[in-house]
Amino acid sequence: MARILQFSTVRAKRPDPSAGRALPPTAGRRTPADPPPLSPVEAQRFRALVLPHLDAAYGFARYLTRDAGQAEDIVQDAFLKALRGFAGFRGGDPRAWLFAIVRTTFLDAVRARPAWAEPEAAEAMPSEDDTPEAALVRQGEVATVRGAIEALPEPFRETLVLRELEELSYRQIAEVTAAPIGTVMSRLARARQMLLASLSEEAAP
Amino acid sequence: MNACPDKAHLVHALADGELDAVNAQAFEAHLKTCPDCAAALGELQALRERIAAPQLRTPAPAALHDRIEGMIAAETERPRRRIPSALPWSLAGGFAALAASLVAMTSLPSTTGLADQLVADHVRSTLAAHLVDVETSDRHTVKPWFNGRIDFAPPVVDLAAQGFPLVGGRVDYLEGRVVAALVYRRGKHVINVFVRPEPKGLRLPVGRAHDGYSLVRWTEGGLEFWAVSDVEPRDLDALKQDFIAATHG
Repeated sequence: MARILQFSTVRAKRPDPSAGRALPPTAGRRTPADPPPLSPVEAQRFRALVLPHLDAAYGFARYLTRDAGQAEDIVQDAFLKALRGFAGFRGGDPRAWLFAIVRTTFLDAVRARPAWAEPEAAEAMPSEDDTPEAALVRQGEVATVRGAIEALPEPFRETLVLRELEELSYRQIAEVTAAPIGTVMSRLARARQMLLASLSEEAAP
Repeated sequence: MNACPDKAHLVHALADGELDAVNAQAFEAHLKTCPDCAAALGELQALRERIAAPQLRTPAPAALHDRIEGMIAAETERPRRRIPSALPWSLAGGFAALAASLVAMTSLPSTTGLADQLVADHVRSTLAAHLVDVETSDRHTVKPWFNGRIDFAPPVVDLAAQGFPLVGGRVDYLEGRVVAALVYRRGKHVINVFVRPEPKGLRLPVGRAHDGYSLVRWTEGGLEFWAVSDVEPRDLDALKQDFIAATHG
């Protein structure tokens, strides 16, 4: 009986709960091998410069992972790295710096779990946390465009997302993706071509 | 997009505002005489408008904001004047408890006692929306989940019949090492059972109660078990007996 009651209180799960948490929950726990903690002044600087880009970092991670749970893990781990590496941040653009850490964290996670990189079906289905109205919208135009972006192969997807959704300049994208500006431009053009092709296919009868 | 082959990159650069004034002017002059390039620019602008929908941008969940705020606090040097870590906080007020636990976590010295760490891990698991990584009452799901995440195999038993239903499992940190945490419930109370290989060498005894939490330790098959909860100590003793009996059953 207790078991049945227990089941009814368990919240809805993601399809594969074991894939959701690749990273150990290191957040906030210090071990003897950790770098020295931030001074209160540095912590304040971190809050002012880096923390405001949390939503953007999450948005980027969502398109990299194409999964809400994995995106949370990536961003949390990236912020821990950013905090511990903040002493090495010497001016420059904090958003591009944070995005580069998010991207590296994602690539490391993919190396540990190749299944993440597989271009599985884009998440066009309504998710559990959608309101009915949101679900309707998702099934329409937004879902179509999101699905088409998520279906782009890398490195075209990250280039397009950094430009169109995060509104980074060519120079910033080059910095985040460690590629020359010429490469960024040709990837962006190719990404838009592919997107245009898949969206006009969608529209055709 | 059928722009002039040598101008294709200019279409993108213009739309992205990446052309300097001289090049932008020159290309705009070309657009007036070249319908192909003009059509390509129009197509690109229409595409960019579709991608501009705000619903395509997902803000970070509030829980992630909170976890990262907590992480910044935990990674920040303690101020000179320490707040005593044994604040008598209660779990009744959610926010008060969360604030208090952050204070407690940040004010713990790095060589903090094992009991402090066990209680801190337990409290954190109940507050940080991260009680379990794998949520299931099926022990056959929990046990293989630990494979590859830790380098030992903790026994996982379901004690629902004894009044301790299994909630799931999680990996946690204890004395700088990854350990397994099995999560059980007793009524509305959460019980964490931390499992790790039995440490070598002499250990200082740890009390059965700490900051209002109960702690029960046992060892079995080279593994050390720590049950931590805010239930009565006798309930933890019962869990220990049931757990040992079930692993032999």
